[in-house]
Amino acid sequence: MKVTVYVSPKSTVLDPQGAAVEHAMKSLGHESVEGVRVGKTVTFEMEGSDSPESRAKLDKLCDGLLSNPVIEDFRYEIEEG
Amino acid sequence: MRVAILQFPGSNCDWDAEHAIGEILGIPAHRVWHKDRLPSETEAVIVPGGFSFGDYLRCGAIARFSPIMKDLHEFSDKGGSVLGICNGFQILCESGLLPGALIRNECLDFRCLNQLVEVENSNHLFNRNSFGDSLVLPIAHGEGNYRADKSVLSSLEENNQILFRYSGNPNGSMNDIAGIRNLLGNVYGMMPHPERAVASHHPSLDGLPVLKAFLEPVLQSRPSEISVS
Repeated sequence: MKVTVYVSPKSTVLDPQGAAVEHAMKSLGHESVEGVRVGKTVTFEMEGSDSPESRAKLDKLCDGLLSNPVIEDFRYEIEEG
Repeated sequence: MRVAILQFPGSNCDWDAEHAIGEILGIPAHRVWHKDRLPSETEAVIVPGGFSFGDYLRCGAIARFSPIMKDLHEFSDKGGSVLGICNGFQILCESGLLPGALIRNECLDFRCLNQLVEVENSNHLFNRNSFGDSLVLPIAHGEGNYRADKSVLSSLEENNQILFRYSGNPNGSMNDIAGIRNLLGNVYGMMPHPERAVASHHPSLDGLPVLKAFLEPVLQSRPSEISVS
């Protein structure tokens, strides 16, 4: 299965990159843009299929290594095949 | 071995720390590779600055899973003294040995300057009697912006766990935090570099009392062997 993990700064945490990007967007004339947040995606292949066991493994992986729960949220998508 | 200085791929303040502690303070200090075990005779650990694992993913995120971190957790659980400097502070936060996290500087710039920090009265080692009201210490970081949720922040304040605050905040750090300790008082983390302020050609000598205070428990264990006064 193919896994895509999306990591984003928690809504309560300052995001300096997001603020800078928002400023740039507004400078380009996109003045209606608000609330820009910059995160990251991590993609990988993993053996197995979408199951509670796989999701438990992914939760652990995301919560320990791929994201820091103090400052970030994560979600992931699984593509079978 | 008295003081172990951990060495990760990308650490680059490990030699400075060894110079400050080994040559300037005269306390035996050795670098220990992150895949090796922490020597049993270790009495204090420095987690030095640098860019461990290229700062990939997040600063300190990969180093926290290095083999030696298991030993470091055991060492600190037994009350061993640990000081994380800059990237070392980030690693200690990522590993949960210190609360909070360090994110990108609010200004987005890498800040490299001689920074004035105000000393807080934290404990019997880190206080204004030991250091004076303020210190000038070099900083050099892109991710020194300390963040923690409100409850963590208020418990840090209530328990006097803040060691230093920036005078003129260079990075957006909450409550101007430049350094903290754990509740027990054996794990310390700071963004400024005391090991780069120990010699006449350095910007100041203000790193000396900081390193001495951190190492005082080690020195007291064998006071006749070494004098750093």
